Amino acid sequence: MKCTPIVLAALLAAALASPAALAQKKYDPGASDKEILIGNINPYSGPASAYGTIGRSIAAYFKKVNEEGGVNGRQINMISYDDGYSPPKTVEMARKLVEQDKVLLIFQPLGTPPNSAIHKYMNAKKVPQLFVATGATKWNDPKKFPWTMGWQPNYQTEANIYAQHILQTKPNAKIAVLYQNDDYGKDYLKGLLDGLGDKAKTMVVKQVSYEVTDPTVDSQMAQLQASGADTFFNITTPKFGAQAIRKAWDSGWKPVHYLNNVSASIGTTLKPAGLDKSVGLITTQYLKDQNDKAWANDPAVVEWTAFMKKYYPDGNLIATENFYGWCVAQTMVQVIKQAGNDLTRANVMKQAASLKNFAPSCMLPGIKINTSATDFAPIESVQLVRFDGKDWVRFGDIIGK
Amino acid sequence: MNKRTLIGIVLVLLLACALPFAVSEYRNFQFTLVLIYSIALLGLNILTGFNGQISLGHGAFYAIGAYCAAILMEQAGLPYWATIPLAGALCLGAGFLFGLPALRLEGLYLALATFALGVSLPQLLKYHRLEEWTGGVQGIVITKPDAPEFLSGLNLALNQDQWLYFFTLAVAVLMFLLARNLLRGRIGRAMMAIRDNPIAAEAMGINISLVKSLTFGISAMFTGIAGALSAIAVQFVAPDSFNIFLSITFLIGIVIGGLASIPGALYGALFIQFVPNIADEISKAAPWAIFGLFLLGFTYLMPTGIAGAIRLGWVRLTRKAHHKPSRVTTILP
Amino acid sequence: MDQFIHQVLAGLATGGIYASVALALVMIYQATHLVNFAQGELAMFSTYIAWALINAGLPYWGAFFLTVGFSFVLGVVIERVIIRPVENFPALAVVVVFIALLVILNSVTGWIYSFTIKSFPSPFPEQTLFGNKYMSSHEIGAIGVTLVLLLLLYAFFRYTPLGLAMRAAAQNPESSRLVGIRVGWMLALGWGLAAAIGSVAGMMVAPIVFLDPNMMGGVLLYAFAAALLGGIDSPGGAVFGGFLVGVLENVLGAFVIGNELKLAVALVLIIGVLTVRPSGFFGKVHVTRV
Repeated sequence: MKCTPIVLAALLAAALASPAALAQKKYDPGASDKEILIGNINPYSGPASAYGTIGRSIAAYFKKVNEEGGVNGRQINMISYDDGYSPPKTVEMARKLVEQDKVLLIFQPLGTPPNSAIHKYMNAKKVPQLFVATGATKWNDPKKFPWTMGWQPNYQTEANIYAQHILQTKPNAKIAVLYQNDDYGKDYLKGLLDGLGDKAKTMVVKQVSYEVTDPTVDSQMAQLQASGADTFFNITTPKFGAQAIRKAWDSGWKPVHYLNNVSASIGTTLKPAGLDKSVGLITTQYLKDQNDKAWANDPAVVEWTAFMKKYYPDGNLIATENFYGWCVAQTMVQVIKQAGNDLTRANVMKQAASLKNFAPSCMLPGIKINTSATDFAPIESVQLVRFDGKDWVRFGDIIGK
Repeated sequence: MNKRTLIGIVLVLLLACALPFAVSEYRNFQFTLVLIYSIALLGLNILTGFNGQISLGHGAFYAIGAYCAAILMEQAGLPYWATIPLAGALCLGAGFLFGLPALRLEGLYLALATFALGVSLPQLLKYHRLEEWTGGVQGIVITKPDAPEFLSGLNLALNQDQWLYFFTLAVAVLMFLLARNLLRGRIGRAMMAIRDNPIAAEAMGINISLVKSLTFGISAMFTGIAGALSAIAVQFVAPDSFNIFLSITFLIGIVIGGLASIPGALYGALFIQFVPNIADEISKAAPWAIFGLFLLGFTYLMPTGIAGAIRLGWVRLTRKAHHKPSRVTTILP
Repeated sequence: MDQFIHQVLAGLATGGIYASVALALVMIYQATHLVNFAQGELAMFSTYIAWALINAGLPYWGAFFLTVGFSFVLGVVIERVIIRPVENFPALAVVVVFIALLVILNSVTGWIYSFTIKSFPSPFPEQTLFGNKYMSSHEIGAIGVTLVLLLLLYAFFRYTPLGLAMRAAAQNPESSRLVGIRVGWMLALGWGLAAAIGSVAGMMVAPIVFLDPNMMGGVLLYAFAAALLGGIDSPGGAVFGGFLVGVLENVLGAFVIGNELKLAVALVLIIGVLTVRPSGFFGKVHVTRV
């Protein structure tokens, strides 16, 4: 639009005529009266394509929100690109979103290496890198990286909780650890060792790693069993988690079994491994498990199932990723709601950092999202649960903030 | 080189120089990647196309080059431009040493050995004893270089992306010239003689082991230099950046671009940079399937790669006057 | 000692996986003198067919044999439709076609069936045999199936006219044509057979590693190494190589160098062996003539 005096005058008149709200409208690239353009990067191809469905379920949720009138009268349009979990491609795609598509923010890019690759860029460009899909600790660093925020409880905190639980219930435990040899596995391992403190050296009797390209973890399991450990911390993704659960059962090893939250899904891990073989597993949760019978009639799960049927009919009802995507998208919508008509990048960040007791129905009772200018970790509390052969049974209090 | 080719090359170069002023910063970055890939593919093509040794693991040398640049910049504090020759030298050595035992391996066996190299190197980068240098699973973040001061003095203010593009372009031109002279010279002829008929080559007095190991080294040097440039452009290295599919992508690049063809490296680079993006635009549900269809289509239509197809088209166009049947040699590595 | 036995037996179980895929690789190699990189994904795709059949209510063995038959046809069709047109292309162009097949199968399967892991039933009892705690019944059964497959193949190539014709066509296409063997169809049959063997391998692997589109991704390299170590033109050698690689890797990982580098070191060893014995343990020695 050319800024002729007439247009300016008309604008001025419009601004004077309408109440204050309109006058306060502020937009950065990607935002307008009609729409909010956000970016997303997900691995739709390549080795991590199992997570691609998160991007699709998020897109489905925004479609639903738009059909119901959008947020504050604006449609949320998401552009999502495939990075194949390759950091150089993530950089390329992030630049495309920011510089060419001119999105307001990038939401839920997935994986620690891809996010690390764009961490500096996003902060230099001052574009929000919001609710990244990884549990590394480094996303909570508002001083150095004020434009990046995580979402899920971080891996180290979670492992720390298991460490405390072991110290309380079994102070002389001999612990064996199986971990994936990457950033995620090492973060969990560090959390456990830090949590055990001085006792880590004596308590952890064996720690072995596996590669994602390994066909099985049978050899690792045999090594752990031979160590004589009576407690097992299982830091694996669903496929290897299920293998480990089954192998322990097959070889008659019955340790106290802690399973990381990454694989704590009845549908994607426990059922393939065998529910009878999973009895006694301990993990932490922050979301409801849509495959858990205990939640079958819960309004949130009922609503989600209806949502999936209508907006993402191809989507797998067993995959936790689809439930997760639905849940994290609600947090995004909440931030946009709070931002009101001030849709600048700075205000989006400010609103993301002022979520107070936000508790969408997808989360377990008692778990709330709280953020502040110095706390960029939205979900910091979890619930310990134990598997009884049918459901996850909650025990103890909510742990964390 | 005939006059027409020379004019063509000058035109392409002029176009390449004008490009960063015509497109956005993001496109600039993409074309920088294309140039980088073209150097890597050129390296692989020297080995596979011109010398007939297959490699399914050239991503490993790309990774070595990238890590070399990253470590030298972030830990030794070297300027970015100084890391390029050092990365090249390191990869020359690494490639030569790898080429020595690989001498006894041919065809499938060499494919396995290089495949193994490509799979194992990321694991080596994660190895806890090397973590001090490699940053382990977290990788290394690099600072992007600015355009040098003197340019703004010349009224030529370039932004970081433009500067990096020109820097990469300069390296690429240098590498392409080097490759051309190398392949036209004694060693290039020896490489091709070994590919076409090793026994005859030996009878002619070519030291097969030396030439083959040297080719491996030179090839690794090209790819390593590309890796170093990529680390500077992407500003980040991590083991996940160099998985086995990168090596496979390079192989795809030289076959689609054209084996044993110097410009083929550039065509291949354009393919591996842009076709996955096109596939992603077409389908979010199964982008790899679309990419696979592209691969099938290109292979069926141009069995000797894009370079081969262009050559064939050119021959058909120009030979109409003569009555010679056109013949394009297919290169069997 | 107990752990050593455990590691060796677990290695044999994983080795069985490599062996069965290596067997399929050898079949294609014998027919075409190329290594089919899409072999693993083809097997994975067949296993999904079996999974769908079982879910549709078919009994296990019904689904098993239907899948084997279907895979055979699929292999023949792929050879006729996709590979045949590129037969005379440069070898590396054919390799690119294999890679294309690999990514297409992987992506399409994920799209149809999602990437969530699925449990795949085993025909063998759930309780371990003789109460041993080292290997599950399925692992023992799968090794048995691989060995039976090997015997069947041996008999087929040795004693049936069709098997003999296929061998002839692979070894000397020109002369075979002269004696009336339809070489083109023999190649297609070779593909069909490889796909059928692959489907059996897939159905034996899936209960161990769980069914997902990336199930065979990690296996292919091991199978490739196993096939070369045993001898790429020897089915028996490929099976032997599979078991050897499985055991070697476990023993190295558990007792010698740790898990982080076991793959790298195992591969270095294998390549070391190949530099000394380039045709593997059981392969034919090739002599190059001027």
